[in-house]
Amino acid sequence: MDAVKSFFKKVPIATLIIFGFWALILIVGFFLDFRMTSLFSDTIQRFGMWGLFVLAMVPSIQSGTGPNFALPIGVVTGLFAMVVSMDIGFIGFNLLIVSTVLAIVFGCLMGWGYGKLMNAVKGSEMAIATYTGFAATFFFSMIWLLYNTDNDFLGWFIGRGLRNFVSLTPFGTDQILDNFWQFEIFRSTNADGELIGGLVIPTGTLLVVLLACLLMWLFFRSKHGIAISAVGMNPMFAKATGLNADRSRVLANMISTVLAAVGIIVYAQSFGFMQLYDAPLMMAFPAVAAVLVGGATAQRSKVIHVIIGTILLQGLITNGPPVFGRLLEGADITDAVRMIVQNGIILYALAQMKGGGK
Amino acid sequence: MTNNNANTSKKITNFLLDNIVTIVFVLFVAFGFYAADGLAPSALINEVLMRFFRNGLLVLSLIIPVMAGLGLNFGIVVGALAGVNALILTRYFEMAGMGGLMLSFLVALPLALLFGYLTGKLYNKTRGQEMIAALIVSFFAEGVHLVFALFVIGGIIPVYANHRMIIPGGMGVRATFDMGQHPDLIRMPELETAGMRLAMDWLWRVNFLHAALFIAVATLIYLIVRRMLGKRNPSIAQMPTVVFFINCAVCVGFIAIAAFSLFVPGSAMGMELANVNPIPGVTALVILGFCLLTTYFTKTKLGQDCRSVGQSQHIAKVSGIDVDRTRIIATMISTVLAAWGMIIFLQEVGTVGTYTSHRMVGMFSVAAILVGGATTTKASVKNVIVGLILFHAMFVVSPAIGRYISNDEGVAEYLRTFMVYGVIGFSLGLYAWRTLKAARDKDALD
Repeated sequence: MDAVKSFFKKVPIATLIIFGFWALILIVGFFLDFRMTSLFSDTIQRFGMWGLFVLAMVPSIQSGTGPNFALPIGVVTGLFAMVVSMDIGFIGFNLLIVSTVLAIVFGCLMGWGYGKLMNAVKGSEMAIATYTGFAATFFFSMIWLLYNTDNDFLGWFIGRGLRNFVSLTPFGTDQILDNFWQFEIFRSTNADGELIGGLVIPTGTLLVVLLACLLMWLFFRSKHGIAISAVGMNPMFAKATGLNADRSRVLANMISTVLAAVGIIVYAQSFGFMQLYDAPLMMAFPAVAAVLVGGATAQRSKVIHVIIGTILLQGLITNGPPVFGRLLEGADITDAVRMIVQNGIILYALAQMKGGGK
Repeated sequence: MTNNNANTSKKITNFLLDNIVTIVFVLFVAFGFYAADGLAPSALINEVLMRFFRNGLLVLSLIIPVMAGLGLNFGIVVGALAGVNALILTRYFEMAGMGGLMLSFLVALPLALLFGYLTGKLYNKTRGQEMIAALIVSFFAEGVHLVFALFVIGGIIPVYANHRMIIPGGMGVRATFDMGQHPDLIRMPELETAGMRLAMDWLWRVNFLHAALFIAVATLIYLIVRRMLGKRNPSIAQMPTVVFFINCAVCVGFIAIAAFSLFVPGSAMGMELANVNPIPGVTALVILGFCLLTTYFTKTKLGQDCRSVGQSQHIAKVSGIDVDRTRIIATMISTVLAAWGMIIFLQEVGTVGTYTSHRMVGMFSVAAILVGGATTTKASVKNVIVGLILFHAMFVVSPAIGRYISNDEGVAEYLRTFMVYGVIGFSLGLYAWRTLKAARDKDALD
């Protein structure tokens, strides 16, 4: 009994609530004759799509900047890298590699500027980050509209400007990582003897996300990583021991922005489309909520929080619509539940921050 | 002499930094007006005035939270939702006219008070991070609103399934519903019903030139009387003489323009200004009333408490002020004003987006007051008025600037939204940077 009690004390309340919701959806789904393998396949795919975005929260939280609400800055940077590589004419794996390299270069530049900004506005980072991210989204929307390209898959046939939805199929990059070493387990046959799909494992995407997680874990055991953690934990103490707090924070935000930039490439290939214009606008919030669901606070986070939180929150968001849709005959309550849950978690984390409530 | 010069340049730098957002917007609007070759001045005035009266109360609702140190209350979206829900009720029963509008205000009041109380509680829990909490709470509230309007109405609260506001099938409110037409505007009686559209705006319509003349004369008299009283009674604060004369000159200029247009028949200016639509008298008076009330509020005990809390929560607490309660009350007032402001906004627009109308209210209002020169800790009626005019003038001229850049209307749309978010991010950032810098300079001096 005590063991159970201490377990519940250790597991954060937000994690429990989301786990409960997700489990409920799965149980309801089971009784509504949904294939469990298909529900879990969707969740795993979404985990791959969101993993890097959520991982981007770790360095910024650890450095004391708070969750990276300016994720759209990184996202538009990554999109820009993709657009440039596509315009040059790369396709397939080459497109993926070139755009990733460009995303890292551009991401470092943007992240450096963003980190400098965050240092200039210490104390109100989160609110300012949010609006900077929003503004960046629309600034780049103007760029997409003014971008001149001869590639008909990228731009409109008439006039200039890029499409809202760019399909990656003509570029051969559609699900390229998902299909890399992809395999299926738990395949089975239905009553009529037809083969039905099992649990699809998008190996390539998962490898990229897990490798990034491993690198992040290692990074926070290196000299620079420890410095970032120390600066976030206690800036005064870090300063007294001779650490350059501002530099550590800039480095952390550069890593965060680069992860967001690479993250959108992974996201787009898995989704099969590149979404431009205002699509990145609200991307920060599910990512922030996910890391908090995993057990992070607005001031401390670990790589394990990323993995747990992304699976749980994306599981809820992904499996909710089909299950609720069948249950309520078309009316989808998931979007409303998602908004309440996702933003409720962020509010809860804000209320738990130092200095709140007193 | 060099010292004096350094002082002057420092003063100029400070003045520029204090007003940079306003200055940029003035230049932007001026350039837009120039680029919009052929935009008639009367058309510009019409568009700006329409948006001024539509949004006035919403932007005014931001002043009191700033005073109480809560920052810019993006959470007025919660108040706007109270307004929308009040309208769902009154329009469900097909209320019409000024009476229906008054009832909507009445229904919105307890809702907004409750929402404001809860939001205020939340701000007390998220002290120091109120602005991000306010933004997130507006998303959270939207989720709750979705559940209520889509599933509770019809799902739990019984409604007529074939009511035209209800989604066929009997559960949930439709994505849009109309406020009903103004009786004077009904063209097809078999299709349109009388409702609350323009019920307040068209109650008393005042000729624009008459109103301009009246306001300019009244302001001039007020300025002079205040000046003369101030000579005898030093307790009345006086503006610097130069500013006084500039203000008087502006008033005289307006009087001259209005009088010339009104009384000299056949002048080009008079014919142009005669094209300006009449202004909504009652709405204008309501906004003016709340401007005066807000100014009066700062002089009451509660207003003074708000000020002290805004300056330093610690000192306020030591001097016996219930800090948490004061902050909650400030949030409640703001939420109620936002709910009423939303109803005024929607009676002008005429159509309610059940799930969308409230979305931009917070951003646009905050951007407007910031353009008027407000900061996170300082906001006044003057900022609201200047901001409303400049911000909406930007909206009107930005298509012209979009065309100027690229022959593309789409660019204008994105430019406009970029300006909204950019102005918020930039103003908040600039303020945070200057506060941090001031603290560092002070540390360096000590």
